[in-house]
Amino acid sequence: MKIELSVNGERKEADVWPGESLLFTLREKLGLPGSKNACEQGECGSCSVLLDEKLVCSCLVLTAQAQGHEIVTVEGIAEDDRLHRVQEAFVQTGAVQCGFCTPGLIVATVDLLAHRPEPSDDEIREALSGNLCRCTGYQKIFDAVRLAARA
Amino acid sequence: MSTPATRRKLELGRVGESVKRVDAVPKVTGEFAYSSDLFAAGMLWGHTLRSPHAHARILSIDISEAVGLAGVHAVLTHDDVPGDKRYGLEFPDQPVLAFDRVRYFGEPVALVAAEHPEQARRAAAAIKVEYEPLELVVDPELAADQPAIHPQHWTQGHGYRDDPRPNVVRDMRIERGDPDARADVSVEGYYELGIQDQAFLGPESGLAVPDGEGGVDIYVATQWLHVDRDQVAPCLNLSREQVRIHLAGVGGAFGGREDLSMQLHAAMLALHTNRPVKMVYNREESFFGHVHRHPGRIWAEHRANRDGKLVCVRMRILLDGGAYASSSTAVTSNAASFAVGPYAIENALIESTCVYTNNPPCGAMRGFGAVQTCFAAEAQMDKLAAELGMDPVELRLRNALASGDELPTGQKITGSMPVEEVIRRAAAIPVPDPEELPRDPIRLPGGAGNTTRGDGVQRGVGFAVGFKNIGYSEGFDDYTAARVRLFADTDGDLVAEIYCAAAEVGQGVTNVILQTARTELELENVMLAPGTTGEVGSAGSASASRMTWMATGAVQAACRAVRDELDRRGGGLASGDEIDLERIYRHPRTGPLEPETGQITTERAHVSFAAAAMRVVVEVDVDLGLTRVVWIGTAQDVGTAVNPQAVYGQIEGGTAQGLGLALMEEIQTRDGLITNASFTDYLIPTALDMPPVVAELVEHPEPEAPFGVKGVGEPPTVVSTAAVMSAMRAATGRELNRVPVKPDDIVFSGS
Ligand code: FES
Ligand code: FES
Repeated sequence: MKIELSVNGERKEADVWPGESLLFTLREKLGLPGSKNACEQGECGSCSVLLDEKLVCSCLVLTAQAQGHEIVTVEGIAEDDRLHRVQEAFVQTGAVQCGFCTPGLIVATVDLLAHRPEPSDDEIREALSGNLCRCTGYQKIFDAVRLAARA
Repeated sequence: MSTPATRRKLELGRVGESVKRVDAVPKVTGEFAYSSDLFAAGMLWGHTLRSPHAHARILSIDISEAVGLAGVHAVLTHDDVPGDKRYGLEFPDQPVLAFDRVRYFGEPVALVAAEHPEQARRAAAAIKVEYEPLELVVDPELAADQPAIHPQHWTQGHGYRDDPRPNVVRDMRIERGDPDARADVSVEGYYELGIQDQAFLGPESGLAVPDGEGGVDIYVATQWLHVDRDQVAPCLNLSREQVRIHLAGVGGAFGGREDLSMQLHAAMLALHTNRPVKMVYNREESFFGHVHRHPGRIWAEHRANRDGKLVCVRMRILLDGGAYASSSTAVTSNAASFAVGPYAIENALIESTCVYTNNPPCGAMRGFGAVQTCFAAEAQMDKLAAELGMDPVELRLRNALASGDELPTGQKITGSMPVEEVIRRAAAIPVPDPEELPRDPIRLPGGAGNTTRGDGVQRGVGFAVGFKNIGYSEGFDDYTAARVRLFADTDGDLVAEIYCAAAEVGQGVTNVILQTARTELELENVMLAPGTTGEVGSAGSASASRMTWMATGAVQAACRAVRDELDRRGGGLASGDEIDLERIYRHPRTGPLEPETGQITTERAHVSFAAAAMRVVVEVDVDLGLTRVVWIGTAQDVGTAVNPQAVYGQIEGGTAQGLGLALMEEIQTRDGLITNASFTDYLIPTALDMPPVVAELVEHPEPEAPFGVKGVGEPPTVVSTAAVMSAMRAATGRELNRVPVKPDDIVFSGS
């Protein structure tokens, strides 16, 4: 089936299977592999995207459901050639190791700061608790969020 | 003619400075290409059919229906393996695709290549395999008396202690002094650990591309490119040159990418179809796709005098290796070698045994045997402190190992071993005061579940020390190659391109290599070429906390050779000229252990050692069995920190993995079948589970290492399980001798 949607401000069309997830379509059909596939069952947040400005796990959204909607992926976060302040903060604080969790965390942090520009430490931990990271132990991710909030 | 290019002043990025990761920007923008992100024109999708049985004879495989399905290009079984039918990291005991029988749940049986991954999955489901269940070997205590899972004794005859019993992978003992030596007091304990999974986030995946001349290029996330090649080539019946392994982006490893996963399978499908083939495991499959941390059962007795001096340690360790050997023989030995912990001891008897079973195969995971024994040994030290009425930190200080002391294997420690300082520094980090009640439920055990207002919550503070080896041991010829190409760019500046096959698995070795090269060459323009088997010799494995040391040594040697050549040429290069030199670095030689007594046969069996100490504060709701880890303070012996920011990152991340083993992580099995292969049921620490971690680096350069470096990845994982459990016991007053600890154990178990 043919689906039309907006991704990072551009109109896109894709020919998809009825059961295909938005994550698969983004990664394999639209050339946007930035959203990650760590679990494909809604448990890790590595596939996080914004759908009409709402944070969702794209592995749990059928592409068919996204017909006509607006998607922002990690590839659409930077402003022109400049890193977004959240991305810059992740680089500065050493919040990236293998980086497989990073795209999802960038999108989740952008979403958090959009709603709570100055989150408390507990609010940060709660807001990011749906994004698993196996490498960092989260300390530097918290540093990154605090730094981005101050920036 | 322009003036020859010379070195430009170095502004940033020497050894010892915190330097931003070079791959951080592509990773935050989503551009970094992981092994699951690869694409090639005309690419097919591969899928693996796996065994639904833990132990069964294969009576027949019928692929006729599967081959006829839409979009299917190939269906392959063991009959289609072009070369050797078996492979293995250390012993070739593992079938490329199962023949005659399957030995564990999830073992690969057949392969499919199709145009869409869903077509491949459906075709795999259409393959009919007839099985006849065989007697299960799933209790490691009984394994040595049951029929052999591998009639060939693969691991016997390699210089280990002879043990003809069925299913014994390795049985070893370390006997030191008088193992029956008596002392004033004695404490005994029995400990158990479940199976931990590496749970790296990037699933096993990669792309195999036929080269049109019978060879194949494999792009994959791995820890050791060359050892993958050496296992893949003979099974494909190809020469090593015809198989080129390229490092694709690695989404974490932690030991779980030492063994092959999809490399051979994707290559078989690609060569068969003459099309590129991509394979990506999903999370469930990932639990079957790699080896895990060995579960263990450990009995220990510690004898000490009234003054706290340890007199004798006796330990029996039983590890379940699962269906295939992987690196089990080395894990068995490591568990024994570090069983006592970083304490000086004159008398010891350590017996360590690993058996084959039909449980999930186990092998390397961060900490490699030392995690298991540290958990037991540190629980024993707490017990002993209680028995002696002595402060647990004081007891540890009294026995702290130091340079010049001998290990139970008889090896004298010649390098840096600042155990006492590590203990003192960790113990001196101020512990936060207990928080007042009432408070926000997010800061209580049970968290947002809002299960308590604080009644039934008890606080506990625990302490532990751990250590392990750096680098490969027991006579393994461990080396790393690096190549440096120095040339003048079009602006007339000197540029160095480094070739080193060290796997960047997220730990930050890329920066280590660049910092080393910048420091040695006094040059800003340094880049690292993509890792591949085609351009440079083996780097060895990104494991055993060895990669920083080894890569630093190799890159340093190659840079120095290039620098000398540059000086010989007058200090500059004309444009178009280049210097291209490769060097191999070896760490100090090790030798095997004597098979009957576990004593060294040469100066050393291990290269070097690193220690960590950790204090942990927990709060436990003893009515509901819920835990909140409040705070962690740790000090670690790191040699020289090449990139301090990255070292702190390793400590924090390694600590989280040990915390996970203590409190939540376990692969559950029933009759060998994994029952929780998902992140819904296999829990790893989230942002809510991790407390603040205050880490201090203890820097004493290792005399025999380049720049004095030591490895830093494993010690935090070794010590943190033990330290969390020490705090758990302090909070609950219960013995809690099994990890991960379950709510039931907290509420109901004996004290
Ligand atoms: S991949 Fe979507 S939540 Fe894990
Ligand atoms: S950096 Fe590897 S999973 Fe987060």
